[in-house]
Parts: sequence; structure tokens; C-alpha cells
Amino acid sequence: MASVALSEAEKVYIVHGVQEDLRVDGRGCEDYRSVEVETDVVSNTSGSARVKLGHTDILVGVKAEMGTPKLEKPNEGYLEFFVDCSANATPEFEGRGGDDLGTEIANTLYRIFNNKSSVDLKSLCISPREHCWILYVDVLLLECGGNLFDAISIAVKAALFNTRIPKVRVLEDEEGSKDIELFDDPYDCIRLSVDNVPCIVTLCKIGYRHVVDATLQEEACSLASLLVSVTSQGVVTCMRKVGKGSLDPESIFEMMETGKRVGKGLHASLQSVLHKEESLGPKRQKVGFLG
Amino acid sequence: MAGLELLSDQGYRVDGRRAGELRKIQARMGVFTQADGSAYIEQGNTKALAVVYGPHEIRGSRARALPDRALVNCQYSSATFSTGERKKRPHGDRKSCEMGLQLRQTFDAAILTQLHPRSQIDIYVQVLQADGGTYAACVNAATLAVMDAGIPMRDFVCACSAGFVDGTALADLSHVEEAAGGPQLALALLPASGQIALLEMDARLHEDHLEQVLETAAQAARDVHTLLDRVVRQHVHEASILLGD
Repeated sequence: MASVALSEAEKVYIVHGVQEDLRVDGRGCEDYRSVEVETDVVSNTSGSARVKLGHTDILVGVKAEMGTPKLEKPNEGYLEFFVDCSANATPEFEGRGGDDLGTEIANTLYRIFNNKSSVDLKSLCISPREHCWILYVDVLLLECGGNLFDAISIAVKAALFNTRIPKVRVLEDEEGSKDIELFDDPYDCIRLSVDNVPCIVTLCKIGYRHVVDATLQEEACSLASLLVSVTSQGVVTCMRKVGKGSLDPESIFEMMETGKRVGKGLHASLQSVLHKEESLGPKRQKVGFLG
Repeated sequence: MAGLELLSDQGYRVDGRRAGELRKIQARMGVFTQADGSAYIEQGNTKALAVVYGPHEIRGSRARALPDRALVNCQYSSATFSTGERKKRPHGDRKSCEMGLQLRQTFDAAILTQLHPRSQIDIYVQVLQADGGTYAACVNAATLAVMDAGIPMRDFVCACSAGFVDGTALADLSHVEEAAGGPQLALALLPASGQIALLEMDARLHEDHLEQVLETAAQAARDVHTLLDRVVRQHVHEASILLGD
């Protein structure tokens, strides 16, 4: 994973700052860096979003393809996650170098979406046991400046919000053979409800305190962090400890409480930004990477 | 789509361009801060990012170091969602490897590699959206990124594709025109000297027409050069204002 090398003195400076609730860039322990979100940046996807969180830069594209439902869930569609840690982020990721991190992040995404409430998978079913929509959620990591998981989950939520799936109907003729027909109006499409899509809040243990949205430098000072995925109502859908150090149970509960509180605020501001962007309609000036 | 008309009787193409006309090009240098150099380019609906790291020490095996010049290392990848149909792998397939190799040859010819012996220059390009002419977009983005990194070059490298339909040469093919399956030519030009850094043609084309197609591609590459030159000057101007000069 992309990381920086810090001297002992630099680490002490960061740890002492965190203890006084003042971080190197002037934030408090529970403050995020400013997040830039833009949706609909890649026009040949069903939905896309770009998120910039400090120096972390993420592009997510969602493609809807038709496929067969899984045997155990015949009347539901499903989501597939893929994370590409491109060499753009750091030369270490060249060739197959980024595969490990990519698989780890993709598996975490599978886990936080592994519950009935996050996405309405039934709406992705076209005809039970035969056809359903598969949403391929492809994450592209372009620059790595700490707190990857949070940035990726925000981008995934924004991209799912932006996703438009064409409406189809199943026609059956006398012999029982089925035909799938696309509706005439291309603007007639299914939108996913993202109200219950969780976001990840990573809490980094630094010294005796924990911080949210750690930069690369802060991540280098922390031994362990806790990954909490929270919905907008503050419901925890998944929790994971990452890092090589250990955590005592008391601090885990403390971190979880902070995660819920911060997560609710994060969801609220993300929703308002997404709705504001949506209300601008097609006249919105697209910035993309040119801004 | 039997007989999709690529060139109308009035001389317009499917997207309304004239035969020798380029798509709209927009570019920006210095997109990322962590890399040594980076650039982003949009040519119509084709969008590409290029990032440059280096010159730095050789990574991995020292045996790869060249005693008299820098090693240029290129990786081409294209996002899984960039094409109409979803791709399974972003890089490592045959097409990506070939593109990486071609980029390497192109930039070996353009970068003054002898100035940095025993070191390595990494060029990574990433196609975000593919709508024809990905090779050209990658070369153009990489040129800007190498310049942003401050690596000395002989000249700009400007690339453009060209095709041939009904006795007319078309510049800067879009995906629809590429998919129609006519002859295709990719050209990377060093505009100041008029030298060709890379030339590739597939499908068959009568020798008599080659000159016309080549000239169209070269003219398009020179047009690209004018635009890229403007972007670089604008970027340097902005940077110098920030520095307070």
C-alpha cells in the first residue's frame, strides 16, 4: 500500500498534536478534509462519480449488464465490485502490484453491501430465474493520499445514486418463448434508492485518541484502525479492524460511537450535495479532470 | 447497420465533421500533485490520463539499467468501464501490452534519454473513456505529462489517426469509423523536424493512396501540436503567475 516514510520526530509531532485535538492541517479529530464529488463524468457508463478527498482521487463507473440471477436468489439481481489500483497512484502498483490491495478493498465492499437493506436488489430482477441486471461497480484508484476506504465508499454511493438502468419488459408469445423489449423512451429508467447505502468511516488510533479521515502521514503513525460502515440512520452494517497493531475492547466501543456520529453527518452532507447537483439538471457544466 | 454512410455526398462525416477535421481537444497539465508530472486530455469522447514518475533509480532488478541512457518504462491500461462493453481486466491483456510497447518506442525517440544514464522514467497512461483514437490520445496526454515533469525532450510528440473511405482520407477517427473496418493509420510525429516517431497501418490500402492518408494524418498531428502548444504555454503562464514572476 502506498505509504510514506516518517522520522521519529515527525511521528511524535503528529501524535502530540492529535492528543491536543489539533492535527497537522489544522483539523480536529472528528473533521473530514473537504470532499469534492462530481457525478456523471464518464458518459458510456450507467452511472459514474469522481471523488477527491484531499489528495485521494477516486473514479467509479457503474455498468449495468443483463445476466442470470444466482441460484440461491432467483428473484434478485446482484452487484459485482472490482477495484483497480492503477499505476497512476504509485509506481508500486505497476503490473500486478496493486492486485492485493484491490482485492482487499473489493472484498470489503462486498461485505458492507452484504445485507438486505442497503440496495433493493429485487428491483434489479427482470424475470425470476432467467434474467436480471448485474451492476458492475468498477473503482479506479487514481491518486492515493490516505483514507482510501472512506473515499471509495463515498464514490460508490455517489455513482449508484447516478446510475440509471433502462426499463425493459418481458413479452411472452403463445409458444412460451420470451422476448425482452426495451421501452421506447430512453429517459424512462430505473433509479436505485441509495438512502440505505452505507459509507465507511475509518477511525485511526493514534496515541490514546482516534481520528477520522487520516492523511498518509497520520496513517504512518497509527498502528491499527477500525473500519465501520454506517448507514444514514446510524446503523452499523459491517466492522473490521485493519492494520498490524491491536486494539483494546473499550476503545473499539468508543470508536464505534464516534464512527456512527461522524457517519451520520457525512451521509447528510453527501445527500445534500448529490441532490443539489441533480437539481441543476442537464445544463450543469461538467468539470471532470479539466477543472 | 448495412451500409452506414461514413462520408455523405456533401462531404460530412457521421458526427458532422469535415474529412480533415479534428474532434474538440481539451487538455490540462498538472492534474495530480503526488506524481512528478501528469496530464489529462479529452479528444471528443476519448478521455485519457497520463502520469510520469522519474527520472529515478531503477526499480527492481538492477540488470535492467542502461549504462548510457535512461530506461523508459510505459504501462497502458484502460479502465474496465471505458469501453462500450465492460472489460474484464484493465491491463495485462495483449492489446494493452502492445500499446505499452508502442508508447515506449515513441517516447524513446522523443525523450533525451542520454541525459539520465542508469535511471528510469515511468510513463503510465490510463484511458478513462474510449471512443476511437486511444493510441493518439495516450501519446498526446503522455507528451504533456512528460513536459509537466520537466524531462527534456527533443520535441513534442503529437499523434493522430487517419482512415480512408471512398477515396477520401479522414483524420482523427471516432469509434464508429474505426469499427467500420476500413484501413487505419496511426502516426506519431515530431512536428518541428517533421520526423515520424511511430507509424502503423492495418488493413490493406492501395499504395497510391498512402501518400494522401499519410499527409492527412501528418496535418492533423500538426494541428494537434498547435493546440498542445497553447495548453503548455497557458500552463506555464499560470504557473509563473503563481510564483509571482
